[in-house]
Amino acid sequence: MPAADFLPRSRLPDLLAVLKAQGYDVIAPQVIEGALLYRPLQHCRQLPTGIRQQQQPGRYRLIATDSPRQFSWANGPQALKPLTFAPRETLWRSHENDDGTLSFEEVPVSPPALAILGVRGCDLAALALQDQHFRDDPYYQPRRQSLLLIAVDCSHPAETCFCASTGDGPKATIGYELALTELDDGFLVRAQGARGQAILKALPLDITAPAQRRQARHQHRAACRQLRRLPSFEPAQLIQQGRHPAWDEVADACLGCGNCTSVCPSCFCFSTSEAPDLNGQTSSHQRQWDSCFSEGHSYIHGRHIRPDIRTRYRQWLTHKFGSWVEQYGRSGCTGCGRCISWCPVGIDPLQVLSRLSDADPDEP
Amino acid sequence: MTRPRVAVHKFSSCDGCQLAFLNLGETLLQLNEQVDILHFLEAGMNDASADVDIAFVEGSLSTPDELTRIRQVRANSRYLVSIGACATSGGLQALRNLDGNHDEWRDAIYARPEFIRTLKEVRPIAAEVRVDLELWGCPVSSTQILAAIRALLFGVAPVDDRDRVCLECKRQQAVCVMVTQGIPCMGPVTRTGCGALCPRFGRDCYGCYSPSETAQTATLARRFSGLGLLPDAIARRFWLINSQAPPFLQTGRVFHRSAASDPDD
Repeated sequence: MPAADFLPRSRLPDLLAVLKAQGYDVIAPQVIEGALLYRPLQHCRQLPTGIRQQQQPGRYRLIATDSPRQFSWANGPQALKPLTFAPRETLWRSHENDDGTLSFEEVPVSPPALAILGVRGCDLAALALQDQHFRDDPYYQPRRQSLLLIAVDCSHPAETCFCASTGDGPKATIGYELALTELDDGFLVRAQGARGQAILKALPLDITAPAQRRQARHQHRAACRQLRRLPSFEPAQLIQQGRHPAWDEVADACLGCGNCTSVCPSCFCFSTSEAPDLNGQTSSHQRQWDSCFSEGHSYIHGRHIRPDIRTRYRQWLTHKFGSWVEQYGRSGCTGCGRCISWCPVGIDPLQVLSRLSDADPDEP
Repeated sequence: MTRPRVAVHKFSSCDGCQLAFLNLGETLLQLNEQVDILHFLEAGMNDASADVDIAFVEGSLSTPDELTRIRQVRANSRYLVSIGACATSGGLQALRNLDGNHDEWRDAIYARPEFIRTLKEVRPIAAEVRVDLELWGCPVSSTQILAAIRALLFGVAPVDDRDRVCLECKRQQAVCVMVTQGIPCMGPVTRTGCGALCPRFGRDCYGCYSPSETAQTATLARRFSGLGLLPDAIARRFWLINSQAPPFLQTGRVFHRSAASDPDD
């Protein structure tokens, strides 16, 4: 008997109701200030219905169409990162007691159970990388464990996307509880794990027609045909190419603004700072997103070891695509293309990687 | 134990940075318990010649009288902190440095120019006396002021955050106006401190916090050109609030000159 795994679009509110009944707050991408941002979802009308995207180097535009689809775009400026790795947070507080001794106080994180609708495969892969990096982080982990992830297979990759070549999309394969394939009239639904199965069982699903399944397959093949792809290069070799002229060329084009690292779903660097109260008796120890493009990032013992854009760009690229492999068993890039779209001057790291594979004229 | 003594001095300016103190509200009362504020005209304290531990100086040097006065402030103060764009780079009034026509402007603007005694060029405070700490911004934020006072009370060097607005803009999760709307934004070359205030309200940064570290002004100017800004408009972007800050001054000059040599202009 064919499986009942089709959720007609008109029954998407039932998914919301099931999630709410199970105690989850739901967030989903919504159109805010010309971009798709994760926001609390009260009803399905808030979803970006008919919204398509144009993403190019340094350019991001939303386009309204009369399509009934709610997920016919690639992504917004942020993946899941701000939800688990907070852009700024207090790690602990310290107090000076009356007798001059110090006491320290934990700042526990107690997030609500959060269901996220509309997650992409590339972002799930990046989340898995962050899970490795923040494995023992007492601030990241409670937030991470409070998440229920509902992926939607990407049907409309942007011009800047290259997940097919990194192997992280367009279909969601790992790390979700529920995954949807969006068709014009509804969604094919699949589940992973006990939590996912429980939700799947509670949904009013129909039998999927053979034509719908064919449409899903066709759609997946089309989404795999992406304009950009990761060039072939030897990761361990990147860090040996410190003198290649490609670094000078990109340094001339780069603002050093760090936007690529802020929008990158796998970048994890932070700085810490002290925020004392005016009375001088208490202080909050904070951390905030940092970037390998900031001067503080390479400040060590009185020296900025990467004082210019050339060395900072080299750090970003060689770490993300090179030494990351050594650290985490794979490249730090999952092909989401955000660093290309959200770079104010439209630098494409894939072009830099290609340029690096050109022979260096200065080397024998 | 005597409380540290503080003065707030005003030079050529709009008084907006002094509002960073007054806007503290209740915190200003707490501050008043930590320090003795001896001179702060806008708040009603008047003892301009008091010896103090910390002197905050708002405004630029634009008259001969101000040159004399700043030397006296320096002599009376243990730490001198210049606050705001006027004090740190000359501010808006330093626009008169750009064309070298001080006398012509003066005569055109004032009905009785013979009563006006001004310097031909506006100078930041650090051009005349030693400055221990510069707080940038137009105006400075109350947070910066409090952080600086707290650090000085602890006896540690205040943090000099020279990061770009972009970094804070992304932490605040504001949507980039340059990428989504093609609006020329100064965020990539401007130092943070404002909390990415303008982008959070959907408009472009106009550079009021001065150049950031390693400000790639030439690269950003090329991008502005790509977004359709004419050379003169690019020069004006860099010359608005902090025209005398070297990276902004230099890039403004390049584009101002190329506009002047444009035969169609």
